[in-house]
Amino acid sequence: MTPPVLSCRGLRKVYGGQVVLDGLDLDVAEHEVVALIGASGSGKSTLLRCVNLLEELDDGTIHLDGDHITDPRVDPDRVRRRMGIVFQAYNLFPHLRVLDNITLAPVRVHGRSRAEAEAQARELLARVGLADKAEAYPDRLSGGQQQRVAIIRALVNSPRLLLLDEVTSALDPELVGEVLTMIRDLKAEGMTMVLATHEMGFAREVADRVCFLDGGRVLEQGPPEQVLGEPTQPRTRQFLHRIIAAGRL
Amino acid sequence: MRTVHQPSPIALERAAYRRRQTVRSVLIAAASTGVLGTLLVVAVTGAPGWQRVRQSFLDAGVARAALPEVAAGLWLNLRLLVFCALGALAVGLVVATLRTLRGPVFFPVRALATGYTYTFRGLPLIIVLYVFTLGVPGLRLRGTPPVLVLGAIALILVYGGYIAEVFRAGIESVHPSQLAAARSLGLTYRQTMRFVVLPQAVRRVAPPLLNDIVALQKDVGLVSLAGPIDAVRAAQIATAETFNYTPYIVAGVLFVLLAIPLVAVTDWVTLRAARRQAAR
Repeated sequence: MTPPVLSCRGLRKVYGGQVVLDGLDLDVAEHEVVALIGASGSGKSTLLRCVNLLEELDDGTIHLDGDHITDPRVDPDRVRRRMGIVFQAYNLFPHLRVLDNITLAPVRVHGRSRAEAEAQARELLARVGLADKAEAYPDRLSGGQQQRVAIIRALVNSPRLLLLDEVTSALDPELVGEVLTMIRDLKAEGMTMVLATHEMGFAREVADRVCFLDGGRVLEQGPPEQVLGEPTQPRTRQFLHRIIAAGRL
Repeated sequence: MRTVHQPSPIALERAAYRRRQTVRSVLIAAASTGVLGTLLVVAVTGAPGWQRVRQSFLDAGVARAALPEVAAGLWLNLRLLVFCALGALAVGLVVATLRTLRGPVFFPVRALATGYTYTFRGLPLIIVLYVFTLGVPGLRLRGTPPVLVLGAIALILVYGGYIAEVFRAGIESVHPSQLAAARSLGLTYRQTMRFVVLPQAVRRVAPPLLNDIVALQKDVGLVSLAGPIDAVRAAQIATAETFNYTPYIVAGVLFVLLAIPLVAVTDWVTLRAARRQAAR
């Protein structure tokens, strides 16, 4: 039996006396799309940042493809090359053109030739209708365009796992669609993804499994229809009621 | 078919009003400048000692005679400036980068870099110059470089301290999310600094850096304390020969002329940076 792509056990993270992750367990199988939902501060972003080793855990273990990546003897740079993360605020490099944003890691980290990396970057840009933006600087792009570039920047490194941290939260409503379409296409291609989101409709559509995070743990999880439709936990129901009241479902 | 936009009467009236206002402000500015200038000229030339001052500070003959010597001195300033500016920028960049290193392994390096910036920003330049140009040769070590080089080293050390702090401010102004993005792509700390942090930091601090270079331009002349003749020293010698202060004015004018291109570049860089930021 092959191990899950991602396996988290007993994750604990404390920020200045506040427990953000409190013994969290999570497994993600190959080609699976897992949506993390939950109130602000429930630990969604922290979980993703811990998986990417951008934050150091206080306790617990994370395995990627069966490899223990939270072992202090493991080089985090080598681990990060095997996964990608996309941030809420895009985090493109403002001093580099779109093309150079995308090819930086392939050329400098993965040792690929610039010509080959650029060809691939242009092809991916063309696929999402951004071929004419290759030479532009990020500040000339709309939020939706920047976020699609950020996703491509993560994708060119052929990650085993793609982490998406509220990638549509900073976007104007009419720009959300173009980013979600891209994620939908990635699912169709079989990309393994963990996404933190406030878009319940999208979670329902694209996720194989929805996890409701509360108090630093996965309080409830299951198929989207079940967690979003007939939640068993009162906390989940409360959360979904608030979301409905805000008109987001 | 797109029709040409016909401005409404209200838009035309607004434009006309703005034009009238512009003309009015230009006239007011011209008038006030004229009045102030006249007052200044009257006050200075009408002063009881004006004739004496004009003779001892603005003598055309003395100026002409002193110009070659002062200009030769300025050539030394210019060469020293280029050498010291490059040196101080290099020292500053390296020290600033060392100060950002994390982890206990780098403690000595970090402490050394921090101690350096504290010491050399606190020490008066003149004292450092004396130590290097008079103290170091006094050791009579074999291979001691000439006084000019020692003076340049002193200038580089002092200005390197200031410039390191400017670079460090630039490095720290790069948002942590940029580091997170770079590291998440698998870039090492060094690659992150080289390709992501430093390019943004240097661009952001270019205006204050050039400002330090303009200040350095005036301070390189202090090596004359140890013997070499720079523009100010040349003017001093000429003054001592003629008992006329005009050579100082000549040197001052030359310094300003030399500073204009640097200051212009500073302004241009600042403007460009502001435009880029605004577009973000």
